[in-house]
Amino acid sequence: MKIVVAIKRVPARDSQLKINSTASGIEESDLSWEINEPDAYALEAGLQLRDRVSGEVIVLCAGPEAATQSIREALAKGADRAIHIETTSSLTADPLTLAGMMAKALESEKPDLILTGLQSDDLGYGQTGVILAQRMGLPHATLIMNIEPAGTGIQVKRELEDGWFQNVDLPLPALLTIQSGATRLRYATLMGIKKAKTKEIRRVAASDVNDPAAPRIRINCISLPEKTKHSQIFDGPAKESAAKLVDKLRFEARVL
Amino acid sequence: MSILAILEQRDGVLHRMSLETLAAAQQWGAELNVPVFAALLGPGVDAAAQSIAAYKLERIHTIDHDLLNDYTPDGYLAALKPLIEQHKPRYVVFPHTYQVRDFAPALATALDRVLVSDVISHRVENGALILTRQFFQGKINADVSFEGEAPYFASIQAGAFRADTLQPGSAAIEKTTPDIKPEQIRSKPSERFRESQRAVDLTAADLIVSVGRGIRDAENIPIVEKLAAALGAELAASRPICDAGWLPMERQVGSSGQTVAPKLYLAVGISGAIQHLVGIKGSKTIVAINKDPEAPIFEVADYGIVGDLFEVVPALIEALQKK
Repeated sequence: MKIVVAIKRVPARDSQLKINSTASGIEESDLSWEINEPDAYALEAGLQLRDRVSGEVIVLCAGPEAATQSIREALAKGADRAIHIETTSSLTADPLTLAGMMAKALESEKPDLILTGLQSDDLGYGQTGVILAQRMGLPHATLIMNIEPAGTGIQVKRELEDGWFQNVDLPLPALLTIQSGATRLRYATLMGIKKAKTKEIRRVAASDVNDPAAPRIRINCISLPEKTKHSQIFDGPAKESAAKLVDKLRFEARVL
Repeated sequence: MSILAILEQRDGVLHRMSLETLAAAQQWGAELNVPVFAALLGPGVDAAAQSIAAYKLERIHTIDHDLLNDYTPDGYLAALKPLIEQHKPRYVVFPHTYQVRDFAPALATALDRVLVSDVISHRVENGALILTRQFFQGKINADVSFEGEAPYFASIQAGAFRADTLQPGSAAIEKTTPDIKPEQIRSKPSERFRESQRAVDLTAADLIVSVGRGIRDAENIPIVEKLAAALGAELAASRPICDAGWLPMERQVGSSGQTVAPKLYLAVGISGAIQHLVGIKGSKTIVAINKDPEAPIFEVADYGIVGDLFEVVPALIEALQKK
């Protein structure tokens, strides 16, 4: 089975974000980066499936040159090769533009299955996978917890709201967005890291796959959210803060 | 020019976010001076339409077909694309539910548009909507405007608009049977199921201590267990803690877990990703303990302690035990 896993490089989870001087985005220079966590679960699901049914896992990543680090990490975990769509920034494209580039970059690959995380931890549109499926004319299912081969297709376990689930049968080729946390993530082994250095990364210039159509949405500006509540924050020594809080909860909020 | 609210219902019962979305559509309609239409799909549409027929709406489209009996993204796309092409709404708005996340991006793409997902607020500038949505799991707000020709697609975050602002009125109901062919439906869903009965009902709890990633290790869970015991509170957690198996799934709070409304919700080491915040909005008092002063949880907290939970929680237990 030929499995493509689309991953994104995002700022590390605890990053202190600074808005840039034009309020058009964040300062990207001083950040540390990691593979978007939901995509790491998609990669894990892809690797597990390949190990069961044989085939190959191809990592697809759109991002700047520095995203090579995330791609190498995915290769070190066991992906067989990679496609890197080289863009100037990780954070600018809307999901339609991004999925359009991915669809074009995958034209020659004809994968059986495309996996990606349910959303990115940075822009969080939660749409790139579904748009990619629509662009490539593939059936899709979202929030997938488990994938089982079933005849010529697959059966997936889909998470619904309020603790409900549903099995869905899909023909191949298909696209799935993977829910986080359904399985344990593997670590790269030393051997894996060594091998990753020799694995193929096909580089695709964004300009070669970009759809020249005008964008449909525009980010006017970004800002820090205003507090919706008037919060009382204590940031002194732990004991002092704890005593103040208990006092407030007893006599002001009166919830104890 | 109009606004079309595509709402979610199941067997005649509206999804709880449907009325909030309808409220958003009404507000936008009032501010832009355009009429609001609603659409409902699938088995039970007639009863669901009746439940919103006494609100101020131009018309309710009820769309039913045997091939919509079970939700599939293909079926919904086949039903909704012609409706939008025929009625040409300026704005199409959805509740940001799991189901909408499954089909709405494909629907927008089929019409060569981008859905602005998970919208938290809006304003009108020069007769057009500017929508605010969140980046970086709630750490940054982005103002987004639409470019090019309508229709423009948006989905509304849970709790962003209030259903009790809905304007009364009356709405005509118009039945439509879409032209859907069996071969258009590529996925085959089975019956819905639940893995186990929930033994812990957090929805009834008065006091909840909830723990997140900040706890770092399963070995540290007893620290928050002690705090819960000192307060007489139920222990809950954010998703990653339950995914990791550190606490059972039935203690998960958030969009994929339980929605709670306690007198006191004390969040320990929880950054406050939106998926978590939607589950705690009904809490009377929210307290956050987190080492990151920029964590989004502080935006909704009534009281907060910025500090290391491994120092703060024991200090808090001690302070609680002092009368």
